[in-house]
Amino acid sequence: MKCAEFLHELTNYLDGVLDEKTKVELENHLSWCHNCYVVCDTTKKTIEIYRDSQLYELPDDLRGRLRSAIMTKCQQHKKRGPQSV
Amino acid sequence: MGAIQNKVAGPVSEELTLVQAAKRGDDSAFEELVRRYDRNVFRIAQHITQNREDAEDVVQEAFLKAYGNLAQFQEQSKFYTWLVRIAVNEALMKLRRRKPERTVSLDEDIKTEDDSLPREIADWSPNPEQQYTQAELREILSKTIQGLPPGFRTVFVLRDVEGLSTEETAAALELSVPAVKSRLLRARLQLRERLGRYFQRRDMGKSSDPDKNVDSVEVKTGEVTSGDGNQ
Repeated sequence: MKCAEFLHELTNYLDGVLDEKTKVELENHLSWCHNCYVVCDTTKKTIEIYRDSQLYELPDDLRGRLRSAIMTKCQQHKKRGPQSV
Repeated sequence: MGAIQNKVAGPVSEELTLVQAAKRGDDSAFEELVRRYDRNVFRIAQHITQNREDAEDVVQEAFLKAYGNLAQFQEQSKFYTWLVRIAVNEALMKLRRRKPERTVSLDEDIKTEDDSLPREIADWSPNPEQQYTQAELREILSKTIQGLPPGFRTVFVLRDVEGLSTEETAAALELSVPAVKSRLLRARLQLRERLGRYFQRRDMGKSSDPDKNVDSVEVKTGEVTSGDGNQ
């Protein structure tokens, strides 16, 4: 496997959807190609950091206000009939 | 490499029960659906719009639209995927209103053919995120993802932050599976490269704002330059 082929399969590899043969070839490539190993490892870390970041969490007080506004509007919509959305 | 976990709570069968009750006019069932998904919708909306007020509006408008159109929901897909599709459309509309000078669509980014191929292949420090406080890290992550075109960051957020499957992401964005995969790869590689400015191993201590010297990052140990590498 060449570096470009590794890159082509990287997303499938990280998502765990590679067939066994390609996976073995890719891991063999990673065992000797340091650049691709670093790209693979740091891309995985990128995903993990974003996934675990709690970026843009909805604060509880805002959450309550939004939900109450949504339900009030839903009830108004119900009274007015289906044309209003 | 572990599979990405889905951030959405509760099994699908419960979701369907709630949807069916809501369709029959049970507002408390709909409110339960709001509770289930409001955090997800807010996160997606803020990632796309990069604006807190817009994200709040999107949450309200998306749920209200879902409520008003519940009778049209066919139950062949997951309610959540359907809701995400509504929310993404609302968020993109907000973005267009804020940036009327340029068209914002999920298709505009396809021309950025080569810029996501790795150029900087320097390794990161171990546990790089621990070099920063939580607040600093959030600032870095937020600033970094803002630099991605909307079509890329939307795919990344749905797939990697919210944990939708490739097929669900494709359905929610009305894109093909290969298009989702291609954008996801580019989004991941671009974010990786941009985060590297903050997380790279450094012998000389860390810079307080690496964006100021983006062009002078000197660590460059190799390149992957084949144009067909990212389909």
